[in-house]
Amino acid sequence: MQTSTLDYRKVRQEKIIKALGNKDTSVQFDDSLENAMVLNMGPQHPATHGVLRLLLKLDGETVIQCIPELGYLHRGYEKLAENCSYHEYIPHTDRLDYLSPLLNNTAYVLAVEKLLGIEAPRRTQFIRTIISELARISSHCLAMGALAMDIGALTVFLWTFREREKLYDIFENLTGARFTTSYTRIGGVAQDITPEVKKMMEDFINQFPEKLFECEKLLNTNRIFVERMDGVGVITREKAISLGMTGPNLRAVGIEHDIRRVEPYLLYNEFDFEVPTFEGGDCLARYYVRLNEMKQSILILQQSLEKIPQGPIHAFDTKKVLPRKERIYTKMEEMIHDFMLINIGAVPPIGEVYHAVEGSKGELGFYIQSRGEGQPWRLKIRSPSFCNLQSLPTLIHNSMLSDVVAIIGSIDPVMGEADK
Amino acid sequence: MNQVVVDLLKKTFPDSIIEVKEFRNETTIIVKKENIVKISEFLRDNPKCQFNYLSDLCGADAYTPENRFEVIYNLLSIPLKHRIRIKIFTDETNPNVPTVSNVWEAANWCEREAYDMFGIIFDGHNDLRRMFMPEDFEYYPLRKNFPLMGIPNSLLLPDTNPKK
Repeated sequence: MQTSTLDYRKVRQEKIIKALGNKDTSVQFDDSLENAMVLNMGPQHPATHGVLRLLLKLDGETVIQCIPELGYLHRGYEKLAENCSYHEYIPHTDRLDYLSPLLNNTAYVLAVEKLLGIEAPRRTQFIRTIISELARISSHCLAMGALAMDIGALTVFLWTFREREKLYDIFENLTGARFTTSYTRIGGVAQDITPEVKKMMEDFINQFPEKLFECEKLLNTNRIFVERMDGVGVITREKAISLGMTGPNLRAVGIEHDIRRVEPYLLYNEFDFEVPTFEGGDCLARYYVRLNEMKQSILILQQSLEKIPQGPIHAFDTKKVLPRKERIYTKMEEMIHDFMLINIGAVPPIGEVYHAVEGSKGELGFYIQSRGEGQPWRLKIRSPSFCNLQSLPTLIHNSMLSDVVAIIGSIDPVMGEADK
Repeated sequence: MNQVVVDLLKKTFPDSIIEVKEFRNETTIIVKKENIVKISEFLRDNPKCQFNYLSDLCGADAYTPENRFEVIYNLLSIPLKHRIRIKIFTDETNPNVPTVSNVWEAANWCEREAYDMFGIIFDGHNDLRRMFMPEDFEYYPLRKNFPLMGIPNSLLLPDTNPKK
């Protein structure tokens, strides 16, 4: 019996070689169960959320080693920053985390304002809080849908994209662009929130919890979903801190660390919201943290839309804040300031600052060194996806190959941000 | 809070602290590079500091004849909720710096990035590969003498012309 199976296999191998039909081709058959295999996953793999490349060393179906390779989307944004003025760099921040560009705009502008020593008016701070939370919902919606899609539940992906579509309509009406918004300005924002857009936002937050609940109903008690996620990709508290995980992934190991609470910026200390944490440290905990964060974002949005005051949207500092277009065309002084700001830029004093916000993926910070010129001397983007990806080998170690996609989906990397 | 950390460091490492800078309520402590590992371990383990989280590590090119490169450590204490910045300098001819990847594991990739972008060599790092650029790239792109447009023919790209 044994010999006949072996014979059969040999004949089949010969047939395969014959079918390949080329004498230059040589095929070597090893017993695949006795060899570790190296599998190249990505960079063009749909489940790697962009151009992430993973080299996986497999023992059967178990991953015994994982090496992530980054840099396929490296565009040199830190080098570009050294050659643009502070205003010119705002559109580039859209391209970092392209799922929540409004958050990146806000984070960058807050860092520059800290360096320049100016503060935006109160209405602008409300607007920035609102757009940050909308961007967070948009990003978490995608994270949730893509995670479900990666492990085979396509419906949720379509449903969350329907919600994102409504958000993009709001962004289009507010900023003029759906995707690359470039909405914030130093000391202000590009346009004010019109009553029409405010109405759209209110409509969105009134219907969103119900739609989220529908998605929740599909996933939370879905046995396939829960079993694919529960106890997969576990990390301990100490390891997560040491590896520098941030954002929802850090809160999924039970650490209540949220920049909105720890180092309050904008108006977050005036709002009533909770920081959801879960103890599991696995994929399911990370999913639940994001789900609950969306509900908290809705709470913040409700409060801020209720309280938003009337007032100016630009700080009054003619040497640093771009003047209004209609005044440039009619007033001499504004025209001179506009000319100086466009050609030389807003000039901060010599020094260095770091300002972090709680982005949708974690702590998004900008470290700026200034030498008293119109351009930054050095700008470092502290990107949360980069730090979260560093934990990937630890999370993947000794898990099954099919769990790799679930783990990547649950830590939610965006390669535009990780590769800069 | 930052003052407590500065005083503690000055007491424990009296000859390693070069300068303490304050700007926009942020403290930057410039220290000697030889003692960075000891200082890091002290900052992580001391109960008054507890900087258990390396928020960021990056290089910078000051473009001066001596002490050309800077390495900046942005530390965060999750239990005590405070931040501090440590900075060390290194030379152009001998850009070696001790690694802190044994203190915080998060430093691993950040140091690879700093090596990739500035050519700062982290002694004792167990896997000092380039982070973003290809391994055979000869230059360090974030150095100030690297042109913005890049160096022609420094990267081998696939031939996009149709074959004749």
